[in-house]
Amino acid sequence: MPNQKIKVPFTGTPEQERLLREAIERHRDEKGATMPILQKAQEIYGYLPEEVQLIIAEALDLSLSEIYGVVSFYSQFSLNPMGKHVVSVCMGTACYVKGAGEILEKCEQKLGIKAGEITPDGKFSIAAVRCIGACGLAPVLTIGPDVHGRLVPAQIDGILEKYMKE
Amino acid sequence: MEFVRSHILVCAGTGCSAAKSMEIIERFEEHLSRHALEKEAKVIRTGCFGLCELGPIVVVYPEGSFYSRVTPDDVKRIVEEHILKGRIVKDLLYHETVEEDVVSSINETGFYKKQLRIALRNCGIIDPENIDEYIAFDGYSALARALTEQTGDEIVDIITKSGLRGRGGAGFPTGRKWMFAKAAAGDEKYVACNADEGDPGAFMDRSILEGDPHSVIEAMIIAGYAVGAKNGIIYIRAEYPIAVARLEVAIGQAREYGFLGKNIFGTDFEFDLEIRLGAGAFVCGEETALIASVEGLRGEPRPRPPFPAVKGIFGKPTLLNNVETYANIPWILQNGWEAMAEIGTETSKGTKVFALGGKITNTGLVEIAMGTTLREIVEEIGGGCPGGKKFKAAQTGGPSGGCIPASHLDTPIDYESLSAIGSMMGSGGLIVMDEDNCMVDIAKYFLDFTVEESCGKCVPCRIGTRRMYQMLERITEGKATMEELDSLKELCEHIKANSLCALGGSAPNPVLSTITHFREEYEAHVRDRRCPAGVCKKLLTYKILDNCRGCTACARVCPVGAISGKVKELHVIDQDKCIKCDACFEKCKFGSIIKE
Repeated sequence: MPNQKIKVPFTGTPEQERLLREAIERHRDEKGATMPILQKAQEIYGYLPEEVQLIIAEALDLSLSEIYGVVSFYSQFSLNPMGKHVVSVCMGTACYVKGAGEILEKCEQKLGIKAGEITPDGKFSIAAVRCIGACGLAPVLTIGPDVHGRLVPAQIDGILEKYMKE
Repeated sequence: MEFVRSHILVCAGTGCSAAKSMEIIERFEEHLSRHALEKEAKVIRTGCFGLCELGPIVVVYPEGSFYSRVTPDDVKRIVEEHILKGRIVKDLLYHETVEEDVVSSINETGFYKKQLRIALRNCGIIDPENIDEYIAFDGYSALARALTEQTGDEIVDIITKSGLRGRGGAGFPTGRKWMFAKAAAGDEKYVACNADEGDPGAFMDRSILEGDPHSVIEAMIIAGYAVGAKNGIIYIRAEYPIAVARLEVAIGQAREYGFLGKNIFGTDFEFDLEIRLGAGAFVCGEETALIASVEGLRGEPRPRPPFPAVKGIFGKPTLLNNVETYANIPWILQNGWEAMAEIGTETSKGTKVFALGGKITNTGLVEIAMGTTLREIVEEIGGGCPGGKKFKAAQTGGPSGGCIPASHLDTPIDYESLSAIGSMMGSGGLIVMDEDNCMVDIAKYFLDFTVEESCGKCVPCRIGTRRMYQMLERITEGKATMEELDSLKELCEHIKANSLCALGGSAPNPVLSTITHFREEYEAHVRDRRCPAGVCKKLLTYKILDNCRGCTACARVCPVGAISGKVKELHVIDQDKCIKCDACFEKCKFGSIIKE
């Protein structure tokens, strides 16, 4: 998945930073603390911009490149902000053989962005995700907590339009 | 324990939850209280029943009525008819359990009849968040016996004799792994559980953790006792929120009951468990990469030896097994090694859980004795391909495995037989494909996955898989030559031989197995520039048949103006302009547009 850095102004609040520093203190003495801290940081900010990585690196006395190395390795960590609605299209094998590729294409067409990107208004982003395990509902996509299963490409416009109106 | 007249078991696994089973549970509680039946009927949220295709599933005991595809609106009828009046709502039952007017047991249906549930023994039967229910099914009795009556050597001996092999895919004998970890020097050791199930289309481990988390916890404590470790780590995918939550609850209960912590069962053995979340990297299923990830580093594998049993997590000896392997342990200790050694084939003992998916009627989770044939799984348990389509291939082992053609369907499932036909047991994904799936496209799909998941440490995998992908892309675009097909095979052999870890070493399997078993399909792409299954877009031609009514819908929807024709006259597609976007095909109401 493309995880290139795009420059979006960082809008972290002092409250978020306080939460992050608390989390760092909680995990600091654990062995292998980097991952749990990064996971918490992503929960707080929604993504892991350079500014956040720098706070963590300094607090743990690691170099920024070490932190960046871990962040860019795992697909769960995002360097870019995510949309208000994340459209996650399952690309597991069971969904793929039942046409998930076309479902993804249809989402990309409708929203005018590719997987891994965010719409300019910040409302949607698309993620092509690994098996979410709802193989009985294949092909399947999730938007936030909502699961849409047993899809055919023709349904996609209608589903996305509902979220566009919100 | 309280006694109630009816137990209403509702599947709360990920598949059924995605299909609103949580809302169904709420509705049950609401309707039961409306009829003042709360004391007579109890709603229990269980783990996966296995038959995900028919979810959400509700089973009512003592009758054992198996309601399938239940909607929240059906709940009122089930409560008012079945629970209140004792009349089973036949039209909501799984159709295979109803013949004319006779309702038969779910265990008699094609899907369940051939199964043998050991790892899944409690899934869909007990409430995974209630330790008492696990104990009522003999849970923690194996631990009690191990700690009070058996030595570590005796336990390792039982596991060795049972013939249990690693269920994560490679099939290394579990007993030997335990023996190495036990023999390793050092007083600080780790017992770890690999729950980083990354094979796309496989969800066995998740279902076990969601449906019976205590069986894994019990096994890990026993393992700790046997090899002399007091720290346990479960490394699980963050993408499995329900499984993580149930594990947390289960660990809390085990601590409360004194199964974790100090002085377990009054002995001086101590053991505790913690959960580490993965962050989405397929390679972390490889044991040395998993260890790096637990340590907070990039999940890159390292050369072995030293093996984790000698030098593992934080440099300490580590016993690392997969979820399903652990789930077998308490059962073996309760029933004796002979019981497991009796099941299966010469080299592969016991059972294996498969996640059955793709073009198959009964999508779901199945556990079968080793030695069962693929045909039995696909045709009898799985119910064959839906829509009367022809079976083409079964894929096992995910991105590390291969596609098995119809001619090998009578292969018995065991580690060696599957390797012999170019696939592998793998962790248990079993995806069925029909005539509409293109084998070159499937190989490309898996390569796309491997390219993305290659950690980048070693060259054969990092560059080799990308090159394989590019070659497959050329084939699906009709640009390749026959010589390239041979170089592709040669490249596969090099990557297999020279990669650092199993991810790279097995990455060529999807390509090699499809070239071996479906060579004519590759040749059609290369020589005839044609995709027989009609999947590879660049090789398709869209045509309009004579039965076109001239409604102009296709011409209007075509984004590049490639379709011309007058109203009520035959339309024509200009092949030079056509971008094969499929819009006209979808739009045509008369089936007049074909692709070939």
